[in-house]
Amino acid sequence: MSEDTSLVVETRDLEVRLDGRRVLWDIDLAIPPGRFVGIIGPNGAGKTTLLRVLLGLVPASSGVVRVFGFPPLEARRRGLRVGYVPQRPMFDPYFPVSVWDVVFMGRVPRIGWFRWGGADDRAQVARAIALVGMKGHEHQRLSELSGGEQQRVFLARALASEARLLLLDEATTGLDLPAQHELYALLQQLRRELGLTIVAVSHDLMELAAHADELVCINGTTHIHGNPQVVLHSHELREAYRCEFDFLYADRSQAAASVHRAGE
Amino acid sequence: MTDWLTYGFLQRALLAGLVASCLCGVLGFFVVLRRLSFIGVGISHSALGGVALGVLLGIEPVVAAAVFAALVAWSIGWLGTAARLHEDTAIGVMFSAAMALGVILLSFSTQYQSDLLSYLFGNILAVSRSDVWLLVGMAAVVLAGTALVFKELLFAAFDEEVARASGLPVQLLDYFLLTALALTVVVAMRVVGLVLVEALLVIPAAAAYQLARGYKGMLAWAVALASGGTVLGLVSSYQWNTPAGATIVVVQTVLFLLALASRRVRDTHARR
Repeated sequence: MSEDTSLVVETRDLEVRLDGRRVLWDIDLAIPPGRFVGIIGPNGAGKTTLLRVLLGLVPASSGVVRVFGFPPLEARRRGLRVGYVPQRPMFDPYFPVSVWDVVFMGRVPRIGWFRWGGADDRAQVARAIALVGMKGHEHQRLSELSGGEQQRVFLARALASEARLLLLDEATTGLDLPAQHELYALLQQLRRELGLTIVAVSHDLMELAAHADELVCINGTTHIHGNPQVVLHSHELREAYRCEFDFLYADRSQAAASVHRAGE
Repeated sequence: MTDWLTYGFLQRALLAGLVASCLCGVLGFFVVLRRLSFIGVGISHSALGGVALGVLLGIEPVVAAAVFAALVAWSIGWLGTAARLHEDTAIGVMFSAAMALGVILLSFSTQYQSDLLSYLFGNILAVSRSDVWLLVGMAAVVLAGTALVFKELLFAAFDEEVARASGLPVQLLDYFLLTALALTVVVAMRVVGLVLVEALLVIPAAAAYQLARGYKGMLAWAVALASGGTVLGLVSSYQWNTPAGATIVVVQTVLFLLALASRRVRDTHARR
């Protein structure tokens, strides 16, 4: 079997069955380092399942899945960490934890069992908090932050594990437009500074199209994969969503500008 | 007032009460944050089956109850995943079955009927020297185990999905928590009785949730309120000659209401 170890994410003929039902099939992805890939598709298309396969939470029924050149669980065993920012309303908003506590959780698997973490771990937590612009908020309670700030804290938690690959699942859901825009700007900045590879799932076509290098549209299987502008105006996208789209702003920079104006 | 401390049985009652309170404060922290209070009810009531088995087979009831409660706790966890039942349904099935078994087993033995009441409602004043050592030993094991995996337990309690994605064995941690809960219930059973164990587990931690801003504060408050309430309850029951277990629970509830009130006052001030 030929292997391209320079790829951060690679899937070939991936098929996933959940409770006997075929959820994903014929998924082929090849994501090189430093890429920002947006995964779009209608509800129930299997977008979250795809992320869970890459995290090693759901096994592939057949085909190949590699993260950093290894099967997901093997990659994790080798310390090749994948940062995960799940959908927002997954946690108890009044859980008594501070920004520092949450980001520290990202360090827990690195620290290992029966240990409390040392100066290096604290330095990594502080660094991750600074990277997402939350320095000075370390002792603030999570529930006192805005939705956008909370997402940044979860991003910092992923960074604290020294992840080189970030997986985001509907990370902007529930955020107002300026906060969405800020989060994407932060992701772009982190990608530049840290050389991160980013895979983001969203149902917000325009916002993802404005920021991602390429879009993958799936609905069970890959419908189209490529440059955002090509994907947005493709026949395959309409087929995947089973509906027509009207795009007011044709090109990428204008799409971003329109979203930004709407938020102001 | 202090002369009562010279009685050996009162010293033992106080020590047993404090040990059980510390344990309940720490485990209650996870019970409240993970919303496991119904599991606590289930495990505590099912411990009756273990007490009955111990009485019938001539095994120390506390030990028999600990093993039995742990088995019930694991089967609740197992039923939840294997039979795809909601946890509350699994608890409903297991605890009524275990309690019914306990009642039937106890009907075979006539000589221990009076003891049954002490297990159901606690009899902290009858705690023997060997009981105290058993409780201290069990509490030390549970507290040490919980301290060793605390950061993992906290992560899984806060965000199970991401904890699992980072490679933490969340299911194993769940089983650890269930086992710790079973042992805690049995330790506290001697103090407040099976029927009221849940109170010691949930009320101080719920009060701590009102008072604390961070998890460390919540943990400290839970242990402090559980211990303080137990001592105050014991003293009150001695003063007014009321049942010790029930008095402890009433005092814990009063402390909870005070905590709730103080939080509401603080919130109103903060809004101004």
